[in-house]
Amino acid sequence: MSKTLFDKVWDSHVVKHVEDGPDVLLIDRHMVHEVTSPVAFLGIKNRGIGVMYPNKTFATADHNTPTINQHLPVQDPLSANQLEALERNANEHGISHWGLGHEKNGIVHVVGPEYGITQPGATIVCGDSHTSTHGAFGAIAFGIGTSEVEMVLATQCIMQPKPKKMRINVEGELNFGVTPKDVALYIISKLTTSGATGYFAEYAGQVFRDMSMEGRMTVCNLSIEMGARGGMIAPDEKTFEYIKGREHTPKGEAWDNAMAYWETLYTDEDAKFDKELTFQASDIEPMITYGTNPGMGLGITKNIPFAADSSDGEATYKKSLGYMNFNEGDDMIGKPIDFVFIGSCTNGRIEDFRAFTNIVKGRKKADNVTAWLVPGSHKVEAAIKEEGLLDILTESGFELREPGCSACLAMNDDKVPAGKLAVSTSNRNFEGRQGPGSRTLLASPLVAAAAAVTGKVTDPRELMKS
Amino acid sequence: MAYDKFEILKSTAVPLPIENVDTDQIIPARFLKATERKGFGDNLFRDWRYNNDDSPKEDFVLNNPKYSGKILVGGKNFGSGSSREHAAWAVYDYGFRCVISSFFADIFKGNCLNIGVLPVQVSEEFATKIFAAIEADPSTEIEVNLPKQKVVLPSGESESFDINGYKKGNMLNGFDDIDYLTSMKEEIKAFEANSPL
Repeated sequence: MSKTLFDKVWDSHVVKHVEDGPDVLLIDRHMVHEVTSPVAFLGIKNRGIGVMYPNKTFATADHNTPTINQHLPVQDPLSANQLEALERNANEHGISHWGLGHEKNGIVHVVGPEYGITQPGATIVCGDSHTSTHGAFGAIAFGIGTSEVEMVLATQCIMQPKPKKMRINVEGELNFGVTPKDVALYIISKLTTSGATGYFAEYAGQVFRDMSMEGRMTVCNLSIEMGARGGMIAPDEKTFEYIKGREHTPKGEAWDNAMAYWETLYTDEDAKFDKELTFQASDIEPMITYGTNPGMGLGITKNIPFAADSSDGEATYKKSLGYMNFNEGDDMIGKPIDFVFIGSCTNGRIEDFRAFTNIVKGRKKADNVTAWLVPGSHKVEAAIKEEGLLDILTESGFELREPGCSACLAMNDDKVPAGKLAVSTSNRNFEGRQGPGSRTLLASPLVAAAAAVTGKVTDPRELMKS
Repeated sequence: MAYDKFEILKSTAVPLPIENVDTDQIIPARFLKATERKGFGDNLFRDWRYNNDDSPKEDFVLNNPKYSGKILVGGKNFGSGSSREHAAWAVYDYGFRCVISSFFADIFKGNCLNIGVLPVQVSEEFATKIFAAIEADPSTEIEVNLPKQKVVLPSGESESFDINGYKKGNMLNGFDDIDYLTSMKEEIKAFEANSPL
């Protein structure tokens, strides 16, 4: 029978189907971090059970870590306590732990692919909704709750109803200045923040075939923002080239065996999806959000829609614009901004820093802007230095911080103050996401860079021409 | 770890007719620093509920003495965003045992079911009726009947809701998934031994 890519990977991991209930799904790779795992470890302790397969779980500290002076003791006692708990739990159960200061430390969804933990055809979970990132490699990857983290620790399985399947095609070639982030924000703006709830997405079409692995990770990362549990892209030569030789990828004969499996991972020609959507690359321009969920995005040259044109109820829409202190019909271009954040599991990879640097090169950071440049991992940080990007950034008045989730969710000190407006390459513009009262405009690294040097919302294409 | 059994809940309800209530509103990230599951109810809807100086915002529904109860009725697409189970814990710890909405985000819904909070999805029309009934009389008692899979208003109007048989059994008996999974460890081991990765 014809199968989708998703069916092939899901079905091969079903240990058991529970009658009138979920599937028992075997998990190949489990990532844990300090925020959503402590209660799960406490849970197995209280039940008097251990970790079933410690070599399938990988711990890294990222959500709650400082991005300066990581060599010093963590100041916030609650954060320090969580980091210690992660280390203690990992050590106690024989789980690898890349804590603060470890050379492999970084954001869980950045380091997983960097070290080959992420592989095609795998099931990958983590107590973090942006686990969908790993779908870029043809894995089924999605975020889980802490009860499920406990299930994976205890039994390497979770119980999940099989989601419906959606294919999103984007055909043609992307316009000048349009990045993977724009593609994702465009799709989410069309589907709304709940348009793919209940579905698992496959991204297909020329745009994704042409896209780098970093770009595919950005797109899959944002799948959850349209409500989808995850999104995936069929592995191809680019995928295999990326993962080959990484620390945790198979070697020698094991590689050949794995390749034999991975090469079967594509959607059969006549396989059926529950929903299929097609967009044209030529319709996409650099995007920016104007509201308080990622679905409230538009082309940067457009004006903020009127309530009557919104898919949300009028009260919800007006509450959102009221929070942002924006008006219906406003131009986005020219809005003065206060902060720029480049980083996160969405846009904290080397390609993102290359794009950002490309625009700021030969220009100066605007005086009214506070910029936080936070690499996704030490590996990304090292590449920024090796490629000479840091010299250019320094020359332009920018400083590089140390890796972590940082201002994406502002659990550490990287908080945007109340009322201030930030252009952020992260994934959520919810009320207070970047600090109580903060206002967020989600955008690509190019849009962030253009805002950083001009101090206002600016079309990056204007700066790329000169 | 078994949780409270859920059969028939008859309670007044707290209305929150806002759409796309995300988990950052339910519990902001800066309150996720605990290593134990306790006290999250104090920070439920923290930034909608309290001013910067920690004084209560009078116009927020949880600070309105007219409304109370074990049922929270939310707008469409309730619980979107982060996978933080802390959001479901906060709802539970505050004292809610059921959330009614016309649409739930996936992960939040799953998290609720895993900790013993019943997510009940009703039609938009019925949600509107519930909001209207509470607005007309905040002492309105809503019956959530899990065995019959029905939500009943005092007027007698009712609507049925979906839940799979397995999860229904868990809720009725206070079982959880780990109880189930640990009982099939040998089967999992055998399956794992043949998995390609």
